[in-house]
Amino acid sequence: MKKTPSSRRSADDRGFRLGTGFFALLVVVLVAGIFWELFRTSQLSIDKFGFRFWTGRIWDPVAGEFGALPFIWGTLYSAVLAMLISTPIAIGIAVFLSEISPRVLRTPLAFLTELLAAVPSIVYGLWGVFVLVPIVRHLQVVTPPWLKKVPLFSGPPLGVGMLSAALILAVMVIPFTSSVAREVLKAVPSTQREAAYALGATRWEAIQAALRFGRTGIIGAVILGFGRAIGETMAVTMVIGNNPQISASLYAPQYTMAAVIANEFTEAADDLYLSALIEIGLVLFVITLVINALSRLLIWSVTREVKAKAPRAAPTAVAAKPQAAA
Amino acid sequence: MKPNRWLTGAVGGILLAGAAATVRAEQINGAGATFPYPIYSKWFSDYNKLHPDVEINYQSIGSGGGIRQLSNQTVFFGATDGPMTPDQMQGAPGRILHLPTVLGAVVPIYNIPGVDAPLKFSGTLLADIILGKVTKWNDPAIAGPNPGVKLPSTDITVAHRSDGSGTTYIFVDYLSKVSPEFKTKVGVATSVNWPVGVGGKGNEGVAGLVKQTPGSIGYVELIYAKQNNIDYGSVKNMEGEYVAASLDSVTAAAAVAARQMPPDFRVSITNAPGKGVYPISSFTWLLFYENPKDKPKARTMVDFMKWALSDGQKAASDLGYAPLPSEVVALEMEALKKIKL
Repeated sequence: MKKTPSSRRSADDRGFRLGTGFFALLVVVLVAGIFWELFRTSQLSIDKFGFRFWTGRIWDPVAGEFGALPFIWGTLYSAVLAMLISTPIAIGIAVFLSEISPRVLRTPLAFLTELLAAVPSIVYGLWGVFVLVPIVRHLQVVTPPWLKKVPLFSGPPLGVGMLSAALILAVMVIPFTSSVAREVLKAVPSTQREAAYALGATRWEAIQAALRFGRTGIIGAVILGFGRAIGETMAVTMVIGNNPQISASLYAPQYTMAAVIANEFTEAADDLYLSALIEIGLVLFVITLVINALSRLLIWSVTREVKAKAPRAAPTAVAAKPQAAA
Repeated sequence: MKPNRWLTGAVGGILLAGAAATVRAEQINGAGATFPYPIYSKWFSDYNKLHPDVEINYQSIGSGGGIRQLSNQTVFFGATDGPMTPDQMQGAPGRILHLPTVLGAVVPIYNIPGVDAPLKFSGTLLADIILGKVTKWNDPAIAGPNPGVKLPSTDITVAHRSDGSGTTYIFVDYLSKVSPEFKTKVGVATSVNWPVGVGGKGNEGVAGLVKQTPGSIGYVELIYAKQNNIDYGSVKNMEGEYVAASLDSVTAAAAVAARQMPPDFRVSITNAPGKGVYPISSFTWLLFYENPKDKPKARTMVDFMKWALSDGQKAASDLGYAPLPSEVVALEMEALKKIKL
């Protein structure tokens, strides 16, 4: 937006531009490098299985038969469940902190939520094993028999399984989703709320208006949490039961891509096995890339919307700033 | 001036000592199995106290990683819980020597509500349970060898290792020997395709699952069960005796095996014949090139091995490993001469 003519740019400025451009390029090179390296080192498995790797259901290191579908299923299922559980809570936290909470509570509460993100995942895993899993098992034991006939709740009461994994993932992604959502809500101009109040809206209706204004950003926050849930390894492997099966049941032990890599990489002595594990990494990388691309697209659509409204929005945003600061 | 000179002297002394240390201390790197890590780290640190000029670094990255790094020659020696396969031997740039160091065993652990008595398992029974064919604790196949134990009708939950592990290798190696069906359906490796059950990470993961899940059965290393006071079942050996794992019954398995020891020591001693033998026992090996490039390091490691096979063995039982029987030690002392110095 700056209108400085290029002729007046100093050498410093150009150097700065080149420097930051170089760093940005470095990220691109790094991502391309990771992709290339994963592709290259999984060549053996790609050649042998081809697309069958994505659809195969058998993972048998002894026979040299590798299929990633149970792991893809487990990863996406656990992450989607985690988002279903965590999104309402995370957005609730964000709304409370930015709209409702008294000023005294705001900072400590925000700090505590973000502290959740700083807990190492092994600690979550241990908590899962010793606290969450027994609770889930008890839940499974008291599940009435008629409910157990529903595929979603079938299976023996093991405690470890999809439900435990989804719950622990939900706790782990809440701080990511909630803090980004809070920032998005903060960025909603207060004139939006004021206008709603002026029209006689209740507080809840005004918050709804604010949420609608920042909806794409909030979806971006959810997708950020989703990406986080997909990549989580240690805590998940400790509670998911590590059984590569495709099951709709919340009670069934299942497996994720990150978990199988962490579990089996060190002992994978033969080349095809190692190559198949690296291809799991490649699949995970591709899926994460797609999800990140989606979130980029969303952010892009948000900025485009703002630009379209620029003539009107710009002055109000400027006017809103001193108010927010005060 | 006086303090200044003193300071210069001290600094010079430190510099000299540093230079001397970098010149003299020999660093040797190894990597591999996690199962023998406690005793290896004790050996390397004890040996360093006896020979301050030798520093042996050991990374417990897993048997598979150890074999790979040795084949790529990024470490001087490797360590494994399962002998290298012929394919892996072919893939290495030189002939590799397996040297057994200590022995370990794998024990079945279980959690059955209302049952305190130690259970007896035959090999085929264990295989059928792990295959998912025996599904209830009051199955006649379990009740048969355990008269007098009141077994409930609880469902059996199988807990196994989710991470690749030498412990798994020893366990499935045994089950494959006693059950042809297990051999064809599952087979032998550090990670296998389990027909049923849940996976826990590490010995602690499996023990945790078993402890928390009523009606479960799993397997852990003998050392782990002993250190954590976990009760374990006894297993029927080839002579038909039900033997509980102990350092003596594990060493007995090796002593029997020593009589038919192949010259390269790549031997599985699971289901070994003989009285008083615990059948799910195994050696763990250090791996060396027969003709290493770095001769000074080779000489150091041969000296170390001689120490580990004699004085070092005394440390084994304290840490829960069964020491090698003297027959095997004698064979290995002979085999060390194969390393070209």
